[in-house]
Amino acid sequence: MARFTLKVNGETHRNVNVDPETPLLWVLRDTLGLTGTKFGCGAGLCGACTVHMDGEPAPSCAIPVSSAEDSEITTIEGLSQNGGHPVQQAWLAEQALQCGYCQPGQIMGAAALLAKNPDPSDADIDEAMSPYLCRCGTYQRIRRAIHRAAREV
Amino acid sequence: MNTITKVSRRDFLKLTGVAGTGLVLGFHLPPKPDGWAAVEPLTNSWLRIGPDGGVTFWVHRPDMGQGARTALPMILADELDIEWPQFERVFLPAVDPQVYGSQTAGGSTSIRTSWVPLRTAGATARAMLTAAAAEIWGVDAGSCKASLGTVVHESSGRSLSYGELAEKAATLPVPDEPPFKEPKDFHIVGKPTQRLDHPARVQGTLTFGMDVKVSGMLHACVARCPVFGGSVSGYDEAAARAVDGVRGVVEVPTGVAVLADSTWAAIKGRQALNCKFDYGESADLSSAKIAELFDEKQQEEGYATREDGDADSALAGAAQVLDAVYEVPYAAHAPLEPMNCTAHAMEDRCEIWAPTQAPQWAHGAVAQTFGYAPQDVTLNIEFSGGGFGRRLIPDFVVEAVHVSKAAAAPVKVVWTREDTMHHGYYRPASRHILRGGLDASGKLVAWKHRVVAHSIGATLQGSDLAGAAREATSGARDLPYAVPNCHVDFCMANTTVPVGYFRSVYNTQTPFANETFIDELATAAGVDPVAFRMRMLEDHPRHRGVLGLAAEKARWGQPLPEGHHQGIALHYSFGSWAAEVAEVSVGDDGSVRVHKVICAVDCGIVVNPDDLAAQAEGAIVIGLTAALKAEITIDEGRVVQGNYNDYPLLRIDEMPEIEVHYVKSDVNPSGIGEPPLPPIAPAVANAIFAATGVRVRRMPIRAEDIRGT
Repeated sequence: MARFTLKVNGETHRNVNVDPETPLLWVLRDTLGLTGTKFGCGAGLCGACTVHMDGEPAPSCAIPVSSAEDSEITTIEGLSQNGGHPVQQAWLAEQALQCGYCQPGQIMGAAALLAKNPDPSDADIDEAMSPYLCRCGTYQRIRRAIHRAAREV
Repeated sequence: MNTITKVSRRDFLKLTGVAGTGLVLGFHLPPKPDGWAAVEPLTNSWLRIGPDGGVTFWVHRPDMGQGARTALPMILADELDIEWPQFERVFLPAVDPQVYGSQTAGGSTSIRTSWVPLRTAGATARAMLTAAAAEIWGVDAGSCKASLGTVVHESSGRSLSYGELAEKAATLPVPDEPPFKEPKDFHIVGKPTQRLDHPARVQGTLTFGMDVKVSGMLHACVARCPVFGGSVSGYDEAAARAVDGVRGVVEVPTGVAVLADSTWAAIKGRQALNCKFDYGESADLSSAKIAELFDEKQQEEGYATREDGDADSALAGAAQVLDAVYEVPYAAHAPLEPMNCTAHAMEDRCEIWAPTQAPQWAHGAVAQTFGYAPQDVTLNIEFSGGGFGRRLIPDFVVEAVHVSKAAAAPVKVVWTREDTMHHGYYRPASRHILRGGLDASGKLVAWKHRVVAHSIGATLQGSDLAGAAREATSGARDLPYAVPNCHVDFCMANTTVPVGYFRSVYNTQTPFANETFIDELATAAGVDPVAFRMRMLEDHPRHRGVLGLAAEKARWGQPLPEGHHQGIALHYSFGSWAAEVAEVSVGDDGSVRVHKVICAVDCGIVVNPDDLAAQAEGAIVIGLTAALKAEITIDEGRVVQGNYNDYPLLRIDEMPEIEVHYVKSDVNPSGIGEPPLPPIAPAVANAIFAATGVRVRRMPIRAEDIRGT
């Protein structure tokens, strides 16, 4: 075990006492109680666990906590107050979700894309969003929601 | 649920309100089974209207993304006649079928079996509120009208809200035959409606099974033998206990569980167990051996499930005879939320928090396995991150109770992705042997379809051969096309691979064979595939309806973008009709790109058109993934695939445009979760034929099968 200081959603958590190999995902979920970030594959293959590290999308299941100390981490809970982020609003407007389990990751991925590219083309969306798996079949709604959010940002 | 709709409404609904609670309508379905007398009055209710006008609705079906928890309240709110949305919704513990009928989210049943009971509950409450107002005003109830939460006396202009009337209404008799609204008066049903629980989903605040936290809870992972039927024969307990955060190691029937303070410690502790296994009798099972078993079983006499005319004689006299064999592999459900369950097994009672599709099955399995009385098992139905049929099976719930019992503590058992992939209940493998005969005029005169398959019913439910045959030939024996000589039979080929219910069950494979073979016959007859089907569907107007609608919306037969080709398929399942046109291009390397899918469905009255589209999109994507990618293979007695690298899902850059159209209807609603799935694989295969002249006859569709090398 070792003690870490983590900056999550603008809050500093000191003395987080965990095994240094622990993936950031499990520290967020089990230690800090931020269960909005989802466990899907444990191997960086599905995107459900995506958070922002210094604004960049990152698979928290594949990042040991020891590598996360110096970053500003944002989870779905910290993306906005009360779901007000344009991406979250667009997701509701397009009903771009069914079970919703993958969607915190999809939304974090889309928010990171729009922060860099405010008007992405379909090809840009394909490239940025293809790591994010959805089993319910919401992909075209996700595409429409990203275009909608781009118009409204 | 049919038995419920047959009892009189007075028997069906009863007042369960007590003073001060307002109007509460619940069930009264005698006789109550033994041991259920203590059921809380509020847990067997449909709805409550409080004195403050607040309406509470009990949603009796799980929601794994299909939208039941919005669509069911829509039906009730419409019939009750209140504004949308005005519910404080409540989750429901699993209870006996005597209370709610089936609570299973499976078989595309949530809406079709709830439609009449929910409308009955809504109409009853509305009639009682109206009668209460009439009595207060001393007027005839027929002169009062209930609308949007208020009863109005039209001639005097007086009005009272439902809240003001609730206490009075609760003292009145339950009417026997309260009239339903006319479909033309629906103000909620039929309108695209946002899902009530989606705001929590986009904020990450919705609690899925995986997110459940119970006071004093330990986290656990179970080491299971990777070979089906094998067991753990040895493990290094000390090494597991040496991992920081590990609190204990316990044996359970499925393997060895590591208990820990966190999920990660449980995962690491399980790794440290370094288990040895007794692989048992299936250690040498492989996909090749399963194919050999199918070769052997298909020679046996089939169990006939349809026998019209004399197919063999008709084939002997046919002008053209076609033969084809189709192969479908095992497939995994692979929902994004891995399997998990939280349980607290105590001496005399048990509480469970389970993301299950079949709460009553799980509840019963726990009561039976552990000897609890039914009322001593409380099962909280948690949101699921997808189910697709996997979460119907109660294995993961029973296992969690075993772990909790052995740990003497509340425990959340988390399965990793690999656990979920390796220990599934897979879509059965099947082989389809078809033979068809055309007469000299190109008319279909004979049809034979032998289904060789691993039986779900026989291996999971103890079905006899007749039951197994009926199940495995669903979608095959109900071929709708007019053919005077038709023979469908079944050869059972079971292995130790566990099988279960995949979205649309055997209808994922039987139409792949039927609907591509019909296309082959149309080509042999020299007739357009739509016209060929239409002329054999004279007695099937709803089949014709969706086939015609899909063809029209897809501009069937009209020019397409260069290199694009269309294929069509049609299928009836789970009470509904669906036809799809797939628009496909095929690269020189045999790679398939599906550009567009036009889907037409007829599922009666549409409750939530937006959710209907979502369900159709979801069914099509799962069906397309099965058609193009999904394959579970077996080697050394175990599943080869472990994660999304070797069991790939369709991604956004491969996703076709999907258009969903529906037939306008006043018929009671039928299922929509599964019916749009079956046509997609044959529609794609038929489009590949249109593009290349090659018939693909196995799933997943492989580039090498199209290239021919």
